[in-house]
Amino acid sequence: MTTATLPSTDEGIDFALSEDQELVRETVRRFAEERIAPGEAERDRAHEVPTEILAELGELGLLGMMVGEDYGGGGSDPLTYALVIEELSRLSPSVGVMASVTNSVCCWPIDRFGSDELKRRVLPALAGGALGGFALTEPGAGSDAGSLATRAVRNGDAWVLDGEKAWITNAGLARWYVVLARTDPSAGKRGISAFVVAGDSPGLAVGAREEKVGLRSSPTSGLTFTGCRVPAANLLGEEGEGLKIALATLDHSRIGVAAQALGIHQRAVELAIAYARDRVQFGVPIAQHQAIRFQIAEIATTLAASRALTYHAASVPEGGKEAGRLASQAKLYASEAANRAVWVSQQIHGGNGYSEEYEIARLYRDVRVTTIYEGTSEMQRLVIARKLLSR
Amino acid sequence: MRIELSEEQKLLQETVRRFAEEVVRPRASEIDESGEFPREFFAQAGELGLAGVAVPEEYGGAGMDAVSYCLVIEEISRACASSGVILSVNNSLVCDPIVKFGSEEQKREVLTPLAQGKKLGCFALTEPGAGSDAAALRTTARREGEDYVLDGNKLFITNGTEADVALVFATVNRDLRHKGITAFLVDSDTPGYSRGGHEIKLGVNASGTTELSFQDMRVPASRRLGEEGDGFKIAMAALDGGRVGIAAQAVGIAQAAFEAALAYVQEREQFGKPLAALQAVQFYLADMSTEIDAGRLLTWKAAWAKMHQKRYSLEAAQAKLYTSEMAQRVTSKALQLHGGYGYTREYNVERYFRDARITEIYEGTTEIQKMVVADWVINRT
Repeated sequence: MTTATLPSTDEGIDFALSEDQELVRETVRRFAEERIAPGEAERDRAHEVPTEILAELGELGLLGMMVGEDYGGGGSDPLTYALVIEELSRLSPSVGVMASVTNSVCCWPIDRFGSDELKRRVLPALAGGALGGFALTEPGAGSDAGSLATRAVRNGDAWVLDGEKAWITNAGLARWYVVLARTDPSAGKRGISAFVVAGDSPGLAVGAREEKVGLRSSPTSGLTFTGCRVPAANLLGEEGEGLKIALATLDHSRIGVAAQALGIHQRAVELAIAYARDRVQFGVPIAQHQAIRFQIAEIATTLAASRALTYHAASVPEGGKEAGRLASQAKLYASEAANRAVWVSQQIHGGNGYSEEYEIARLYRDVRVTTIYEGTSEMQRLVIARKLLSR
Repeated sequence: MRIELSEEQKLLQETVRRFAEEVVRPRASEIDESGEFPREFFAQAGELGLAGVAVPEEYGGAGMDAVSYCLVIEEISRACASSGVILSVNNSLVCDPIVKFGSEEQKREVLTPLAQGKKLGCFALTEPGAGSDAAALRTTARREGEDYVLDGNKLFITNGTEADVALVFATVNRDLRHKGITAFLVDSDTPGYSRGGHEIKLGVNASGTTELSFQDMRVPASRRLGEEGDGFKIAMAALDGGRVGIAAQAVGIAQAAFEAALAYVQEREQFGKPLAALQAVQFYLADMSTEIDAGRLLTWKAAWAKMHQKRYSLEAAQAKLYTSEMAQRVTSKALQLHGGYGYTREYNVERYFRDARITEIYEGTTEIQKMVVADWVINRT
């Protein structure tokens, strides 16, 4: 069910991955099988953060992989990145999201919008294995990100941040956060700016860890900023560009979530097939019953559709005319299809699928968030429709 | 990984779109209503090289690749699904198997006029008692000297009312089941060959669907395609390619319906504003566009796999399965967005809705596609 390896042609459509991309995919798949899979169920049960695995991912260069080589990163293209997130998420959606957040919503905006000085100061550590975070959402500002209330007030050569952020992945672990705050309360959406804030800044407090339905070994908390001083040099882009930066970041990061959903979907299909071949009812493996076969055919086909949309979105030029719509389409489709696929796979598992002894039960909890975070399905549909209607 | 058409493919797409808009679309509603087979369209398409898109130039074809073929079928079907399937059958189900399995003589004599659009082909596999279970066919072929004598009945044959050449599947020995099936290239003026009237259908009503019957019909052995017993293999190989064509047809129909809906919701005002300002309407558009893109990618992927892989049955079945159901959903939503107007014949969207329905049935039903996909993913990986 993976894409065949074939020589690339010079022009026209080409669905083949490059040799480098195939190599990265294989390497990460092997790493996930050998290093991540063995303790995943236990870590999930214990809500244990996979510290060693994250350190190894950093050593492999997978946490700042799209950062330019000048700043210590791997200079990878977005499709290679998507393959990595897919393979990590196939065996651990928790590890997948921790890697995805560091790469897509922390390193990426700094790499794209940061000054050379800021990048030299911040990116080598991130690209070298430190975790990153992204603080946009607030208790009162979810889908309506433009209504955020965290304030940043200029004071000498620093900005002073005050406010509350919610649902922050990698909270408490991140070396750096990209934080969105209001610098001009009278300027509406243009009054928001982005800052790079050190995780150990005085005045930055990490709240209690959230009890989530899934992704349990990935820590999520609120952040509270109380008179938190951030050097003026840590302003990302220009004052007032924050929302633009946040939306561009989300356009990009949706490819990561699509890839995460794709990895979960892939695993759900594999588990369904393995279980159906093994499980005997009415005297034959249930894989011989047409009702089971047709359900597997359905989720294997939507998997192919998700993969095509996701790889396509990841392979078009960044910032191109259709890039945002394609990323939203990929995220919308892949997350919805993965939820459905996990549900079907669990159904094929019968009563066993309702037991935490089986991997599919964890996937059922883990997959749920993919239609919610980094823009709900409803927000994706709004983004897509807006682009269709403005053509 | 690069999903971008080549310059040549873009040029082809533009050319075919213009032909479809100027020549095909204006007659689409009329022939849907009357059931008239658009024979002159087929001839014109032939002059443009669209009757044998992937046939080598030395045999009268355009010598293009499988993705280009998808572009042709999508664009023609976007204007008129009947015209789309007429071309798809001639290309995928008649020309392609001759290219792949035919003798040099068959390629010169039979393939060339088909690829040029001078003759029209049909594919005669289905029978009253053999639909999805094609191996159960009962048409017999008995060897007599240098000829075979064929007897039997075929059903639901697209292009059948007009075809000059039929690719007929018959069995030399029913006990052998699929291993007895043999393929023949039969001229429609052969004594013993007769066809029924035009079958009135829910959609794709101008595609000349009819029944064929053969009585003591003598076919020279030189017109046998492949060897005795190769017929089932030939039919299945043809259908792999055919499914990519039908997937492209489904994408074209869905695209037409989506474009009609996108335009309509921006014009139509209710509650003091265009329908497009309503969130529920926007959500429909977003889902339709996403699914069409997914379907087109799966179709191109199958075409690409056809060019690069030995077997592409899985990709073809997935493309056909997904796009046909997608077209059903998209055309239904497009009709819904048109409200009462969509249910009238004044608007094209009701035709798209009716036309989309067949893509879930012909060249292997949705259920057959699921059997193929399940076989590949459960038993062969």
